[in-house]
Amino acid sequence: MKEAFVLLFSGDAETWEIIARSLRFSLFSTVFSLLPGIALGMWMAEKDDRPRRLAATVVGALTALPTVVVGLLVYSLISRSGPLGELGWLFTQWGVVLGQSLLAFPIVASLVWSGLARFDPRFRETLATLGGRGFGKTIAILREGAPVLAGAVVAAFGRVTGEVGVAMMLGGNIRFSTRTMTTAIALDASKGEFERAISLGVALLVIALAVNFVVHSLRPHER
Amino acid sequence: MKRAIATILSLLVLTAAFSQTPAPKNPALRLATTTSTEQSGLLAAILPAFEKESGYKVSVVAVGTGASLKLGEKGDADVVLVHARALEDTFMAAGFGIDRRDVMYNDFIVVGPATDPAGLAYSTSAVDAFAHLFRTGAVFVSRGDASGTDVKEKDLWKAAGLAPKGLAWYREIGQGMSQAIMMADQVGGYTLADRATWLAMKDKTKLKVLSAGDKLLFNPYGIITVNPAKWPKSNVDGAKALTDWMTSPKGQALITAYKIGGEQCFYLFN
Repeated sequence: MKEAFVLLFSGDAETWEIIARSLRFSLFSTVFSLLPGIALGMWMAEKDDRPRRLAATVVGALTALPTVVVGLLVYSLISRSGPLGELGWLFTQWGVVLGQSLLAFPIVASLVWSGLARFDPRFRETLATLGGRGFGKTIAILREGAPVLAGAVVAAFGRVTGEVGVAMMLGGNIRFSTRTMTTAIALDASKGEFERAISLGVALLVIALAVNFVVHSLRPHER
Repeated sequence: MKRAIATILSLLVLTAAFSQTPAPKNPALRLATTTSTEQSGLLAAILPAFEKESGYKVSVVAVGTGASLKLGEKGDADVVLVHARALEDTFMAAGFGIDRRDVMYNDFIVVGPATDPAGLAYSTSAVDAFAHLFRTGAVFVSRGDASGTDVKEKDLWKAAGLAPKGLAWYREIGQGMSQAIMMADQVGGYTLADRATWLAMKDKTKLKVLSAGDKLLFNPYGIITVNPAKWPKSNVDGAKALTDWMTSPKGQALITAYKIGGEQCFYLFN
């Protein structure tokens, strides 16, 4: 246990490199999931009709997508023998980022939807009377919904940082290339190298707690 | 004298600074390999020298021989370093690979708890050791992942005329070598291991080597370039560079120089 902290705080280069890479992958995945996620979430929240309700149900269900299923799906797409094989993304950071974006996307969409749908209906009416539409209207909604968006971003980030299925299947746990905190922990623990596994585990825990803390403090207060 | 040393040192620094690393057109080289070459620490020890000399950057995907060959077959690896001759020959015959070369060898061993409940210490051969395991029903951890070690293990059961599949004491885990060793240690069971991973792992376990030395336990490693005719985008130049280097006097010397706890892990074909 002591060695674990020594590794972490003595600035063991590889440990920190793995942490930095994990955060980078998660950041990319979150960023790429934002635009489609927010767009879908806003569309679903716009009004309450049958197609939107159906979409919201489906997206809600997709937030529980098993990581290995996403991994499997994307693997078969980006393998050289798959339809997107030309990209050569398998076992690179782009493979991981693609898979993790798919994991993050329904979370963003669902949280944006549930956050915006809870808005006071008078807000939209006011917006309509003020003649807001198109781009201006979108901006107004986004500005009002900023805490909702921030919460969605952080939740998506937390989800992809902590997952191991996609990172392992699509990244391949390649040292100095696609090894992330979660894949390194899985490998180290199974090899009996608990010091680094624990030091990375501590780092992951701190990040997860920090993320959760931010989510909670951004949550719109219920009154 | 001091001055002479200083001159020599500065000359060395200068040569180092001016000796340029070549810049290959496609520096990204993907090597799919058995878990033993990575988990033993061999690749981490020798590949930096290759990368420095050649300018290639090697990504190692360590998944076991069966999976490595599958990656080669699907074009998801450029070169494979594996250890299951029969599978390699099938791979070559099917036209998935070119330029197969012998790289090194060591041996398999059966490890188990020091109490040795199956009495392997009294076995007379590898096949006899497996017969002991079967008779006593001692827990056996099988890789179960179509790796080179897994293939060898299945061959040994077959040679012994035994079929342990599905029996309660026979545990197929579908994981790498060090994972299997760790699990055998945790459950007080036996497993078949390659010598190199064992050397890297043994200080972390209470297991002992209980059967070794049979010629059936010979463990040769080969390197194969993925056929560029099947996968034109594969890095055939990089694969050739790595193959040449690993079989060159320089690469071979580094392989034999790799030791764990003073013990050599891999040996060369002569």
